[in-house]
Amino acid sequence: MNSGVKRMTPYKVICIAIMIILAVLFIFPIYWIVTGSFKDPMAINAAIPEWFPKNPTLDNYVRLFKNPALQWLFNSVAISVLAMAFTCLTAAMAGYALAKKRFIGQKVLFSIFICAMALPKQVVLVPLLKEMSFLGLHDTLWAVILPTVGWPFGIFLMKQFSETIPTEMLEAVRIDGAGEIQTFTTIVLPIVKPGIGALAIFTFINTWNDYFLQLIMLNSKNTLTISLGIAKLQAEMSNDFGLIMAGAALGAIPIIAIFLMFQKYFTQGITMGAVKG
Amino acid sequence: MKKNTKNGVTKRSRALVMRETRSAYLFLLPALIFFVGFIVVPMVMCLVTSFFNYTMTDFEFVGFANYVEMFNDPVFIKALKNTILIVVVAVPAVTVFSLWVSTVIYPIHAASRSFFRCVFYLPVVTGTVAVAVVWKWMFNKYTGLFNYVLSETGVIDQNISWLGDEKFAIWCIILILFTTSIGQPIVLYVAALGNVDNSMVEAAQVDGATSFQTFWKIKWPAIMPTTLYIIVITTINSFQCYALIQLLTSGGPNHSTDTIMYYIYYEAFKLYRYGYGNAMGVVLAIIIAVFSALQFKLTRAGSAE
Repeated sequence: MNSGVKRMTPYKVICIAIMIILAVLFIFPIYWIVTGSFKDPMAINAAIPEWFPKNPTLDNYVRLFKNPALQWLFNSVAISVLAMAFTCLTAAMAGYALAKKRFIGQKVLFSIFICAMALPKQVVLVPLLKEMSFLGLHDTLWAVILPTVGWPFGIFLMKQFSETIPTEMLEAVRIDGAGEIQTFTTIVLPIVKPGIGALAIFTFINTWNDYFLQLIMLNSKNTLTISLGIAKLQAEMSNDFGLIMAGAALGAIPIIAIFLMFQKYFTQGITMGAVKG
Repeated sequence: MKKNTKNGVTKRSRALVMRETRSAYLFLLPALIFFVGFIVVPMVMCLVTSFFNYTMTDFEFVGFANYVEMFNDPVFIKALKNTILIVVVAVPAVTVFSLWVSTVIYPIHAASRSFFRCVFYLPVVTGTVAVAVVWKWMFNKYTGLFNYVLSETGVIDQNISWLGDEKFAIWCIILILFTTSIGQPIVLYVAALGNVDNSMVEAAQVDGATSFQTFWKIKWPAIMPTTLYIIVITTINSFQCYALIQLLTSGGPNHSTDTIMYYIYYEAFKLYRYGYGNAMGVVLAIIIAVFSALQFKLTRAGSAE
């Protein structure tokens, strides 16, 4: 205890104090969403804000569920889960090939992936919408899932993880006569499993929160996601903050819970993705 | 004889390369289908249609007309200026702040470090829409927290319509963008600080270097690649600022918060001028590419000396 105190210079004490204040400020919007969702109109519109709801009410949630909020939630889960599954599968295969095989066009292909990642993906949304209409997929959940899977970040991440597979191991099983698919499932997959975990949680959260893509692709009542649903409530009843906060809570709490559960994998994914190969 | 063997080896290795190439592309095939189909094809379409007068009814080749119109379009110029303002303010702020936070939380206890890292990541996870709606409420002229706190503390004497005032709106957007941008840089910096060679830090300390000197001479060069990466991703993200604008101000008041991305959306999806929108998209992509390349060069030159 004493030695701990001794090592703290005044500068460090001040820094930690500022950090705690900042932490409170960063948590505050979420606190305000959750408490706001339980406030009655009186408390919402009070000139002097109620720091904690004095007369908590479920009325905002009752009104929220008069909208197809569960359908919105289901759609968000559906696009996130499907995009996650497809991304993990395609990226694990592609990452393994890029890291462990020597083939014609390897360098060119990898450079193309890197360049594509540096381009702003939002600028292609206009032609992407046209393409989806052409394919008859506009306003279906696939219109959000397919472009998400195409984004090369996952391939890049899985290449980084696949570099750690010992080449001798791959050669050993090849000499034993194992086929390509068998090698992939018995050797490669178990080794890159942490990478797949990181990519899975990363893709899930980013797909859930990719508001712009969802906004362009989805517009009928039954295909809206929870993000679009909240935005719609806001556009229609801009000053009904109680209702909007209930929607925001419904959208944010599940994803925050998932993040907190898997945050170890998540930070690993971000870190690995940044190490330029 | 010698020649023969050599030929034999070449033949065999060529067969091996062909086999490897075939199996590699089979593994790459699923990813390539998605990548080509939904990234490359729209990119090419974006570039091609930028030379067309492309609307709901028309589709005719107009050469560079869209590009010429763009630079004579006062709203585009305004949007470009706003976008650059956002980038010029947000990128240094995010980089410096996240580096400072990381140096403070890196040496502390692992559990508290992980706690702070999570807290600063929360706005990203919460999602743009939820973040935007709660800030919109906090910025509200009558029921918002900002006006209450600032007038109670005597900073302002009458309520301000934060998002409805040309002077303040873009700064409010930058503030929210800032809170949703620092999560990833902090995670990256904390990881990078963990990779700094500890023996060098200790050697410097033994030699009597101050903690500022150790940071500047040893840690700063070591984390340079991370800094570069953070600057580039933050620049790309800031250039693409769209959702906050759409949810909070719709580009107003009086175009004071228009960004290029928002204007593209407006031209393409509200006015159905796809060709014009795509031309702006191409220009935005080029600007981002040039900025990234420039930052890469500058930072490389800085770290190499």
